[in-house]
Amino acid sequence: MTVSRRQFLKGGVAAFTVSFAAPGFMSDLALAQGARVRNLVVLYLGGGNDALSMLVPYNDPFYYSRRPTIAVPAGSVLQVGSDSSNVALGLHPRLTGLRQMFDRGHLALIQRTGYANQSRSHFQGTDIWSTADPTNRSPHGWVGRYLDALPPPVDPLVGWSATRELPRVLLASHVPVPAIPNPATYAFATSNAGAEASAERAAALRISSHVPVDRPSLSFVYANARAAMATLDRVATVATYAPSSPYPNNNGFAQALRAIAGAMVRGIGTRVFYVTTGGYDTHAAQNPTAANGTYYGLMGTLNDGLTAFYNDLSNQGLLNDTLVLTFSEFGRRISENGSAGTDHGAASVMLAIGGRVRGGLYGTAPNLSLDPANPTLENAAGDVRHETDFRAVYAQVIDQWLGADSTAILNGDFRKSGLGFV
Amino acid sequence: MALYSDPATEHLLRRAGFGARADEFKTFSEFGITGAVAHLVNYERIPDDVDARIGEPGYVGVAARNNGRAPSILDARQRWLFRMVHTNRPLQEKMTLFWHNHFATAYSKLQGQVGADDALRYMAAKPSEDPAGVRGHVELLRDFALGNFRDLLIEVAKDAAMLLWLDGYLNVRARPQENFARELMELFTLGIGHYTEEDVYAAARVFTGWNLARGTNGVQQFIFRPAQHDPTAKTFTFPIYPDGSRTIPARPAAGGMQDGIDLIDGLVRHPATGRHLARKLYRFFVNETGPINDGWVNGMASLFIQRHFEMKHVVSEVLLSAEFSDPRNYFTRYAWPVEFVVRAIKDIGWTGYSLADTLTPLTNMGQNLYDPPDVAGWELGPSWFSTGSMLSRMNFASALAGNQRFRLATAAQIHTQTPETLLGYVLESLRTAPLDKAVLAELSAYLRATGPWTRSAGQVQNKVTGLVHLVAGLPEYQFV
Repeated sequence: MTVSRRQFLKGGVAAFTVSFAAPGFMSDLALAQGARVRNLVVLYLGGGNDALSMLVPYNDPFYYSRRPTIAVPAGSVLQVGSDSSNVALGLHPRLTGLRQMFDRGHLALIQRTGYANQSRSHFQGTDIWSTADPTNRSPHGWVGRYLDALPPPVDPLVGWSATRELPRVLLASHVPVPAIPNPATYAFATSNAGAEASAERAAALRISSHVPVDRPSLSFVYANARAAMATLDRVATVATYAPSSPYPNNNGFAQALRAIAGAMVRGIGTRVFYVTTGGYDTHAAQNPTAANGTYYGLMGTLNDGLTAFYNDLSNQGLLNDTLVLTFSEFGRRISENGSAGTDHGAASVMLAIGGRVRGGLYGTAPNLSLDPANPTLENAAGDVRHETDFRAVYAQVIDQWLGADSTAILNGDFRKSGLGFV
Repeated sequence: MALYSDPATEHLLRRAGFGARADEFKTFSEFGITGAVAHLVNYERIPDDVDARIGEPGYVGVAARNNGRAPSILDARQRWLFRMVHTNRPLQEKMTLFWHNHFATAYSKLQGQVGADDALRYMAAKPSEDPAGVRGHVELLRDFALGNFRDLLIEVAKDAAMLLWLDGYLNVRARPQENFARELMELFTLGIGHYTEEDVYAAARVFTGWNLARGTNGVQQFIFRPAQHDPTAKTFTFPIYPDGSRTIPARPAAGGMQDGIDLIDGLVRHPATGRHLARKLYRFFVNETGPINDGWVNGMASLFIQRHFEMKHVVSEVLLSAEFSDPRNYFTRYAWPVEFVVRAIKDIGWTGYSLADTLTPLTNMGQNLYDPPDVAGWELGPSWFSTGSMLSRMNFASALAGNQRFRLATAAQIHTQTPETLLGYVLESLRTAPLDKAVLAELSAYLRATGPWTRSAGQVQNKVTGLVHLVAGLPEYQFV
């Protein structure tokens, strides 16, 4: 029996009776765990990213015959050369900043990532990518399991989710990861002023240190209150961060990245970050080419946020300490549907960005021929078949970037040669 | 501010309502539990005049919506919260919220498709107030709050907001659209694992031609387009008909709308649907922190079929079940943000308070009404809680207590003999899960923290306000 996303946390809360580092340890831990360490930013493209609009096989005639209204014209793609199977590829025309990163060797594009019998459900698919477990039996996220493997006591700011809810990727058995959508509102309010306010805050802090016995759900809520009180002051330093280069104001994704850059620059101890940008479930009017088109807009949000982040980190000297890794729950159907959109598919593309990334094209593009025997496709040539197990990508990150043991964290050996993007 | 004294009725109103105003608590505790459940489920007998109270003195404030600007989704959010605070049909609002999470449809996508004005109408319009008589998505859910689930499914499949949300308006014969078909089975009825990808493709074909057209009244309405319907037979992996047949026969396109009715009939009869709903009801009404009681679920799933999908019978049985009223199940559900906010308003007070001031806090707690994050609804249970959302809850408690400062002090005055009498009074007004002695000691210590107990007006104002903030911000107050 698989664990639904609504069941997983219920098992997970039991462990929150375990306490984490007391506030007194914070500054030492921050130094020990935070200063000039390697940062990982996991970026979730919510809804199922259409890899064929992001990284376009612009010489494949089937790409154009199967997508008569939503193909990206060959003349407009940002060419990035050919992969090892000699398929010429181009980035979506709106990804101009990513193209510059590619040219500098800081962007790796890992094609056809997925797993066998890929789920076409948003929710099951996201859970599988989050837990690195296609049987969906693991309650905890793959990054959460990494956090659990850190030597205790673990700083409660070791992770930072820029979402309001804790994503399953970061769900650990005994490390509560703060959710900080906006550092400016991450503060404690009182109903009184002066000495009364101090007494209120002191009481809230002392109450939050209480650990109820044999009441795991209540303990879980206490752990969140406790971690909130313990992280307020350090997060407040991020709220005042002035970036070295501008982030677009009307782009919530970019603003989340701005806060993450602030946390890195301030050196508050965080090592893993999670950020998301949504809207990729393009069933209808996908329109990747017009300036007001849906997918064009998605690429704009993505490109502008990541470019601002890249430039800021570059100016701050943090590019070599940072790795951004993207994932999405599935790719999309190759042929467009009747609504000028695409339905749920299988394998997709993953992006890795950073100063120490060995940029380039990894893996091979699908051949989009409708031949049912086409080995790069599945589902009667309807969907892209995976070539690289997504866990091989995670293994590379865990072993080579985080310096941990991927076989223990992923519960198996998924390492793959030729995947040395970092 | 009710002074609570009847744990069973308190529990019933936390789960089947949004906590209790003083008048509400008095009414229901006089009924006894069986009578109270009957009063809750037979809400049609109670006049639905609560919307007319908006703007009247004695009620929580709603920012005026007609001061020179068009109504917005922010108005709709406040008006629904107003109902939750002041309705005399609390179970109808509670089930409306349950269905809003079950059929989770979001304004924000519609806004991008049809603009803010129409998106607001398709989500929230009341037929009696809309110039074209549009019934918005949530009004549909309210009409069917304890209605027939099969009929509700058919109405949802024809609902303009749903047709936009899951792209049914684009589902045509040449290229079937899978979005609604998949979620109908995965989320609305069977649950994952009870259907195949082929079933999704077949169900998409079933609903070809279930589209939208702009009527003479200027709004998009459901239309069945025979020319866009795929008239060929559709075969499923599960029975569609009572005789066990798995194939919806080929039929002339003109009568093709029956395909969708047949599929919905097959889906509601499928044993997985009743169990799927019963599990959700168990988590919503009975217990969210322990294992699911399979015997209870199977019993409710059987009742769902026996009672021909009439939710009034099912929910009534839920509330009368021994598992519901078992005191061990008190405070075993994590409060949703709107539940927390509305209960806090009922417990702490609302005079001079505006619901406009709840909207940003609710966003920060993770719940915007009319805007669930995706079609699976909100992530419930522990997922509501993170450091950021917990801070938002504590800070909301602080803001509301501060707003009610003088009223709180006046009401508390006769309970201020000692810090402990004040604490006892506040804990009888804001019910929490049982507090450990250490927590009670910290609350007492807070009341004594800044000087001797003098009962001066200033001290009472400060301390009752701070105490109400601390209690409503306790983890023990975040459960219902």
